[in-house]
Formats: sequence, structure tokens, C-alpha cells
Amino acid sequence: MHHELNVVWFVLLGILFAGYAILDGFDFGVGMLYLLVKDDAERRLLLNSIGPVWDGNEVWLVTGGGGMFAAFPNVYASLFSGFYPVFMLLLLALIFRGVSIEFRSKEPMHWWRNLWDTNFFIGSILAALLLGAFAGNLAYGVALNSHGTYIGGFWALLNPYALLVGITTVALFMMHGSIYLVMKTEGNLHDRLRGWVNNSIIFFIICYATTTMATLLYDRHLTSEIRNHPVFFVVAILNMLAIANIPREIFHKRYFRAFLSSCFSIVALLSLLAIGLFPNIVYARNNPANSLTIYNASSSPLTLKIMFIIALIGMPIVLAYTTYVYWLFRGKVRMDGHSY
Amino acid sequence: MNTLWLSRVQFGLTISFHYLFPPLSIGLGVMMVTMEAMYLKTRNKVYESMARFWTRIFALTFGLGVATGIVMEFEFGTNWANYSRFVGDVFGAPLASEGIFAFFLESGFLAVLLFGWDRVGPKTHFFSTVMVSFGSIFSALWINVANSWMQTPAGFHIVRHNGVLRAQITNFWQVVLNPSTVDRLVHVLLGALLSGAFLVLSVGAYYVLKRRHEDFGRRCVRIALIVAVIGAVAQLVSGDFNAKMVGKYQPAKLAAFEGHFPADAPAGMSPFGWVDSKTQTVYGPRIPGMLSWLMYYNTKAPVIGLDHFPPALRPPVNPVFQSYHAMVAIGMALILISLLGVFYWWRGTLFQKRWLLWIFVISVIGPELANELGWFSAEVGRQPWIVYGIMKTSQAVSPHLAAGEVLASIIMFGIMYVLLGALFIFLMNRKIQQGPEEAAAVQPPIPPHVVEGHGRLDA
Repeated sequence: MHHELNVVWFVLLGILFAGYAILDGFDFGVGMLYLLVKDDAERRLLLNSIGPVWDGNEVWLVTGGGGMFAAFPNVYASLFSGFYPVFMLLLLALIFRGVSIEFRSKEPMHWWRNLWDTNFFIGSILAALLLGAFAGNLAYGVALNSHGTYIGGFWALLNPYALLVGITTVALFMMHGSIYLVMKTEGNLHDRLRGWVNNSIIFFIICYATTTMATLLYDRHLTSEIRNHPVFFVVAILNMLAIANIPREIFHKRYFRAFLSSCFSIVALLSLLAIGLFPNIVYARNNPANSLTIYNASSSPLTLKIMFIIALIGMPIVLAYTTYVYWLFRGKVRMDGHSY
Repeated sequence: MNTLWLSRVQFGLTISFHYLFPPLSIGLGVMMVTMEAMYLKTRNKVYESMARFWTRIFALTFGLGVATGIVMEFEFGTNWANYSRFVGDVFGAPLASEGIFAFFLESGFLAVLLFGWDRVGPKTHFFSTVMVSFGSIFSALWINVANSWMQTPAGFHIVRHNGVLRAQITNFWQVVLNPSTVDRLVHVLLGALLSGAFLVLSVGAYYVLKRRHEDFGRRCVRIALIVAVIGAVAQLVSGDFNAKMVGKYQPAKLAAFEGHFPADAPAGMSPFGWVDSKTQTVYGPRIPGMLSWLMYYNTKAPVIGLDHFPPALRPPVNPVFQSYHAMVAIGMALILISLLGVFYWWRGTLFQKRWLLWIFVISVIGPELANELGWFSAEVGRQPWIVYGIMKTSQAVSPHLAAGEVLASIIMFGIMYVLLGALFIFLMNRKIQQGPEEAAAVQPPIPPHVVEGHGRLDA
């Protein structure tokens, strides 16, 4: 009877990480396309398109981490200690990316700006790749002992499937970010970026198709849930429709709708992962009995209840002022004396 | 060095570096709210330029605080997996609450604070400043709840979960309001307030000394002095509360603070000294019965000493003694210089006392150092426990984590933080040298082909 809360927290964490992927996803995408723009004034426009929102977007990851600690402490402990080197690299990428945005426009020298611009670019790609590889390892399954501790070693984390999901994530965020930029810019820059939307959609579709094939071939535990409940095919189909809708909306210059389609696609992809994993969070490929599930890895019913109340009080307020901030900085990027 | 020690070094390194920034953000936040409130009340442009100037400094400290803070959110899991499994049910809740109630609030309204000057009215902007300040204070609140629970655990029981022992919440409010939460929160917030006030004092005094932006500088000095003197004296009172609380709930830590060994005897205090644990001697001047008097207002009252605990359950005495005494000494010095400042202000000669203004310029290091030393005493003084009396630090580290991996990440963080620290000081100094008015013009003007009409992009 208490088990509903375990499911609720699985969904809530899914929402937090989906929120993170949607929001920081376009930040990463902007970083990936950033070096393709050569002019300093245009680079500043790109940077300032995410200027007021990027660190709020990163809070979704931090809160997701805190939520996972509170709701599923065994997953938090196993994943982060097990994926140690990958995670340290992710932290490195995120820190350098953040301070690059902060520092690059503070000095006028060319070498200074190029240095931070390059850091911003590398940090964005590396962070997306590692987050993707992280999701890829979850999808593929890892080696856990009977205490739920990761025993696979470092190199197992860099398996081809995880790397493929990592590259797909890079492509996804590049597409997502390019649509965001098209929405936020005008004139010549806007026209050039429109071309990049098309390129990145093609890149993403190739990656997505490859990942889907690899998943069907190698991740039988992930696809069995969908085989058993064919109704979930709807998610996959809706995902395809959303992706197909993006070029159409771009063609009709309805950029916000294109952006929503891209957001939907991110949610659908994460939903497919969540459906495939449920009720596992970390699937033990060596011995499925060792898997960390939403039941054996969770906090006590009382803690789940307390955290649920906290989320019910806190998250509507967060959504309200986050919406307000996005609304305040809506429309095309405008530069002023306070910009980065 | 093994994984345990390397993980301790890494946690100490990353938390110490991180903690340079949040107190500045919390303290500056309060100063910014004050300045912007004065602008709204008086409509004097100098207060607006103060608010704008300090907002730019705030952005820098906040940015570094966020960048180094992400590490902290995950380091429990990466290096302290057994700890995370054991306490997650209790400890995760305040951490998640910090995200929901503090970080979102801070970063959301920071956007309005930094980029909204020309987009919202002064009142909405002021509201955003207040929200950012609240966010930073809430963050201190929740992280203090989490850490205070490690010092004085309450509101939980230990149960077997899947064959492994772990702590589970029995009463959420007892966890939140555990015996040390309130005292420690007040102490931390006052420390942060002093960090902010002495930064404003330092920069203001520098401008007065250099005869640049003098009106701006004098006003900064005056506002900061009021906050500093109140904060520094209040911190002394709060320190007394904390010492009594530590004596009651963590007697081994209090005994280490003063190098008090006899199991059950009246205790003295040393203004400074050197502790030799082997011979159980404190070299240096000692005031007999002083600690007994401070704890129980009776110089003859016995205080529990280190001998009351088996050697394996004592914290390392001299490091705790030294950091605690250095913190107290800095606190006293801050009281002294802020009182001197107020005295000369009252006499009307403050801005002629160039020697005092120079002391103010360097005084910014004081609260920052005292904050670090205070945490060092609190955390090292809790050893060998990670959760006092419940779990030892040696039991908490991640199993299956290789020492080489931790060493590699220590080197990575070490290089990165040296670089970031140097850049922070460089950019901070640059902003201060640019001063309040000129700072806005530092960005190169946007080329005309990008700007048209209302500043929109057009090619």
C-alpha cells in the first residue's frame, strides 16, 4: 500500500531529469554550435541567449541529485561511486563550462575570449556526451554485486553502446539548441542557424536509428516491457511524429512549436528509457537479482511521504517563477550593458 | 595513502574552496538588499550605483559558488557511498530541500537581478534582490540542518534494510531542529554577514584611501561598519551559545578546543598555546577555571575531559585547538577594529585615520579565514565520527573505489581550483579597480551593424 510512493518518486525524478535535459539540453546545444559562429558580437548574442537562464537550468541537475539521494539513496550511492571517473569528468566539464560563460566577456583580449570560447564548446560537448553515456549504461545495464555496489570497473563504462547513446545525446542537444537559437535570433545569423537545424536533425535521426537498432539487438531486458505491453509503442510513434514535425514547423517559421516538438522528443526518449527500466533503476546485467529497484533501493515510506509533501509545496512555486523568468526574457536576444 | 584518507583530503579541499564563496554571497546579498532599500527610500542615485556595483561583485562570487557547489551535491555519493546508504533516508531530505527551496529561488531571481535592470521596475528589481538573498539564506539553513544532524543526530532510528543497517527518519521536525541546528545556523549566518560586510568595508576604505569615488567609498564604509560592529559583537554571543551547546552534546570536541585532558576536573583556558597529546600538556599561558566558569559560571565546576574517552574515540587535539583558537582570535580582532571604526566615526575623524583604513582594506581576509577555521574545528572536532556517536568516518567511504581514481580527481580539482582562485582574484581586483561608474562601460560597445532601433539584432 505504501508502494505507490515509490512509483511516484520514480516518476518525479523522471520529471526532474527530463526538466534538466530539456533546459540544460539547449544550453549544451548552444555551446556545441558556438564555435561555428566566428564574429565576436554574434558569439555574444549566442551566449546571452542562454545568459539569464543557464545556471537556473543547472539547478535541475543538482535538485535531481538531491532528490535521488533522498528517495533512492542506494541508487545515489551505487551510481556515483561506481561511475566515479565518468562523474568526475562530468563535473570538470560542467565547472569549466559555467566559468567560461562567466569569464569570457570580462576581458577584451582575443586570446582570452578564444580560450574561454573553446572551453565552453568542449565543456558543452563533453557534458552532453558523458550524460548520454550515463543514460546509455543505465539502459544497457551494469555489473552489480549483491549489495548493489558497482563492480564493473572503469573501461566497462565506456562500452560501445553507452558511447553510442552518448553521441546520440550530443546530436539531440545540438538539434534542440539550434532550434532554440533560431527562435532567439534575427537576420543573417538566424538564417545561417536555420541551416544548422536541418543538419543537426539529419545527424540526430541517423544516431537515433542506430541506437534503436542497437537497443533492439542488445538490450532485450529494456525492450521486453514494450513487447509485453504493446500500448507503449504509442510513445515511440509519437516520438517519431514529433521529430518529423520539427522541419515542418521550421519551414512555416513557427519556431516555438518546433522547439516544443523537440522538448516532446526529449521527454519521449526518457519515457522509453523509464518504461524499459521500470521497476529497476539500475539493472544488474551480470545477475538481474542484484538490480536496484524502486523498492529495494528506496528510502522508508515516511521519508518518501515527507519528500513528496516538500515537492508538492516547493515545485509549483519553482515552476511559477521559472515561467516568469522565461517570460521576462522572452523574444529575440537583446544586448545591453549587463549582458555577458 | 588509502582511499579513505584521499577521500577525506578531497572532501576537505573541495568544501574549503567552495566555502570561500557562499558566505560572501550570503553577506553581500544582505548588503545589496540594504543598499537597494535605501535607494528606493531616498531615490539618491549613489545608492543605486552602490547596488549595481555590488551586484556585479555578487555575480562573480555566486558564479564560483555554483560551479564549485555542484561537486558537493554529488561527492557524498562518489566518495562516501557507505555513508550515503546509511544516512540517505535522513540526510537526503535536507539536501533535496535545499535544491527545491533555495537553489531554484536564488538562480531564478538572479536572472532578474543581473539582467533585469532595464526590464523591470525598481520595486520588482528590489523584490528579486530580496528573493536572491532569501535563497542564499535558505541554502545555509538546509545545509546546516544536514550538517547539524551529523553533529547531534536526532529524530531517527536504526533499522535493518535488505540486511544492512541504516538510519531512518522517525520525526522530521526533530531532524530539522536537532539540538545544534539553531545555534550553528545563527553562527554560520553571522559569519557570512561579516564576510559580506568586511568586503564592502575593505573596498570602500580602499576607494577613500586612493581618493577615488570618495563619496561612494565613504558610504560603503559607514553602512558596512554598522553591520560589522553589530555582527561581530553578536558573533561573540553566538560563539558562547555554541561552546555551551558543544560542551553539552559533544564533550570530546569541547575538550579538544581547549586541550582539556583530565576526565572530570575544573578546566582552564589558554588564549594561545601548543598541545602535546602524548604528555597531555598545553604549552602556553593558561587561565585556570576559565572554561568551567564559561560553561557553568563556576570556576570549580568539573568539565568532561579527553581522558573520559578511549584514545580511539578522541579527535586530533592540536589541529582542533589551533583552528579553534585562531578563529576566536580573528573574531576578537574583528570586534576590536569595527569598534575602533565606530569610535572614530563618532569623533568625526574616521576618514583621517589612514592606518585604520588600511587595516580595513586587508580585514576582508579575517571573516573568510575565520569561517574556514570554524568549520575545520567543527568537522575535525567531530572525528573519528562522521555521524557523532553513530557511524565512524572510516566506515563511510565508498567500497570498491580505487585510491588511484581519487588521487587523479584530487589532482584534477587541485589544478582547477588553483586556476579558478587566481582568476577570481584577478577579476575581482579588475572590477574593484574599474570602480562603480566605469564598470558598466567595460563591455566593448555592441557594433552598430548588430544594433538597430531598440537594440535588436539586424544584419
